[in-house]
Amino acid sequence: MTAYVIRRVLWVIPVLWAVATITFLLMHAVPGGPFTQDKSLPPAVNEALERRYHFDEPLWQQYGHYLINLTKGDLGLSVSNNQEVSEVVRRTFFVTAQLGLLSLLVAVIVGMTLGTVAALNHNGPFDYIGVGFATIGASVPNFILGAFISIVFAVQLGWFKLQGWGGPLEWGDVFDTGAYHWDKVVLPVVALSALPASYIARVTRASVLEVLNQDYIRTARAKGLRETTVVLRHTIKNALIPVLTVVGPLAAALVTGSFIIERMFSIPGLGLETIRAVLARDYNTIMGTTLVFTLVISIANLLVDLAYAAVDPRIRYR
Amino acid sequence: MTTQETLITPADGALFEAEPRLGRQRGLWSDAWRRLIRNRLALAAMAILAVIVFLSFIGTTYGPTARFEPNDQQPAIKFQGPSAEHWFGTDNLGRDLFARVLEGVRISIQIGLGTQALVLVIGLAIGAGAALGGKLSDNLLMRFTDIMYAFPDLLAIILVRSILVGRDIPVLTNPKVIVIMAIAFVNWTTIARLVRGQMLSLAERDYVLAARALGANRWRIVYTHMLPNTLGPVIVALTFGIPFAIFAEAALSFVGVGTPPPAISLGILVSTGYDVVQRNAWNVVFPAGAVALLMLCFTFLGDGLRDALDPRTR
Repeated sequence: MTAYVIRRVLWVIPVLWAVATITFLLMHAVPGGPFTQDKSLPPAVNEALERRYHFDEPLWQQYGHYLINLTKGDLGLSVSNNQEVSEVVRRTFFVTAQLGLLSLLVAVIVGMTLGTVAALNHNGPFDYIGVGFATIGASVPNFILGAFISIVFAVQLGWFKLQGWGGPLEWGDVFDTGAYHWDKVVLPVVALSALPASYIARVTRASVLEVLNQDYIRTARAKGLRETTVVLRHTIKNALIPVLTVVGPLAAALVTGSFIIERMFSIPGLGLETIRAVLARDYNTIMGTTLVFTLVISIANLLVDLAYAAVDPRIRYR
Repeated sequence: MTTQETLITPADGALFEAEPRLGRQRGLWSDAWRRLIRNRLALAAMAILAVIVFLSFIGTTYGPTARFEPNDQQPAIKFQGPSAEHWFGTDNLGRDLFARVLEGVRISIQIGLGTQALVLVIGLAIGAGAALGGKLSDNLLMRFTDIMYAFPDLLAIILVRSILVGRDIPVLTNPKVIVIMAIAFVNWTTIARLVRGQMLSLAERDYVLAARALGANRWRIVYTHMLPNTLGPVIVALTFGIPFAIFAEAALSFVGVGTPPPAISLGILVSTGYDVVQRNAWNVVFPAGAVALLMLCFTFLGDGLRDALDPRTR
């Protein structure tokens, strides 16, 4: 087990290196640079700018510099606003992490409740409602859902607001109650969590149905346990394992969802920053955000695999 | 050696040519087809898709649905709601929304199918290469697949797209080709893993062993035994890949880094409609509804195909 954990953690390093390399090559395959604009700069200014960001060096040298700096945790300077990329990433990731974790929490609660209720009511009305919700939630894209709910609840009814993020924007504001605006949080979280919620509901339903057919559930009922004990103690606990496996891919879905939802609701997070950087050809920022996204996905998958091993003693890793 | 081969080959051929005529009538595919059309949701999805495909590919030039050009501007009648004249209303420049949505649906379907065609080629090549090419190529190709899998997918699509846009290379002047290539670049990993897994497990099956014992050569085994048996799960995965491609195109066009103009994609329509949602909400409702309907239909079709092609999962 320990060897497995160590190997899985170390595997993240070559993945990050490979992603950094691929991104680096992809970006530098784009014709033009960040300073290619409609109005051309004086040659001297252009040269000075390129020297400042090392763009005058041969590609392999830039690549070498980047990797060396990366090992020191230095992500370079943002070309657009002259800020440290690590600073930009830290600030925007703080917002994206709130959005992502909140959505994951909502998705797990709603999904598991819906899935369990549907399974206990097998082939009944709640089952059909649950399955219907899960199917629609899984196939309607998050920005379409976002558009519909913002038309109804923000434009028509005026219950919620559309622009910006309602949580704290800096670490220092966490305990400042004035930094929280719940009317700005609800819509993006609902739009982002619908897909994971319906996914979890599907898996939970299938898993609970399977467990309910097991002999030990029949035994539990036969010895006269109350239905709530059967459901809560015997069924849900054992039905959790398959649910856990989908949380990893769902973390990835939340990450990619953040691109769309943050742009849609003007939330100053990592996804919005990435799109801005791609449009502005802000090389260092693109590299930085890509690496953070990859790291988040890798860590989510790693945690899920480890939790899986911890929950199910039948699983042995070599 | 040569006599042995001539002895075996006709027998081998006869085995596979005499049997099928009886077998094929109730073969794997006809059984699967019967299971598929018995699934009401999948059948409804197929019927709706048939209508949508017909309308968006033929109905735009012939018949009662070909009433307006998608780019005809009539500023006098902008922001109209649905009417007998303009079924879906008009947009901010007085263009007929029904014609534009049909055009967008056509582009979405072309992108969905085009992407999966490319994904099939790449995924099959890499998956089969890993499964059949020996230990070293298996290791290299699968580690490469793992890395591509760890790459945030929408981000990779955005990056590849930004490389391909604005080039003077002949095929790449078509905006749809750019998006198809960018999405296929990230979407092939599922198929590659699936093909490799299937082929590795099929190689151990008794009928493959039997074919080998009968003297069938390597390629014959791959083509006549392994490939057809890999096809079922691959078809299912490709069907689920279509809504992913439609989603990716629409979502990225929505945030401004998808299909480059002048194409009229559904994502662009939702995006421009969302900007004027206060004036006329129909401009969002119809294109967004079209995206949702397309994705729902392909998902139901995929569910039906999965149940039909793999009876064991039922």
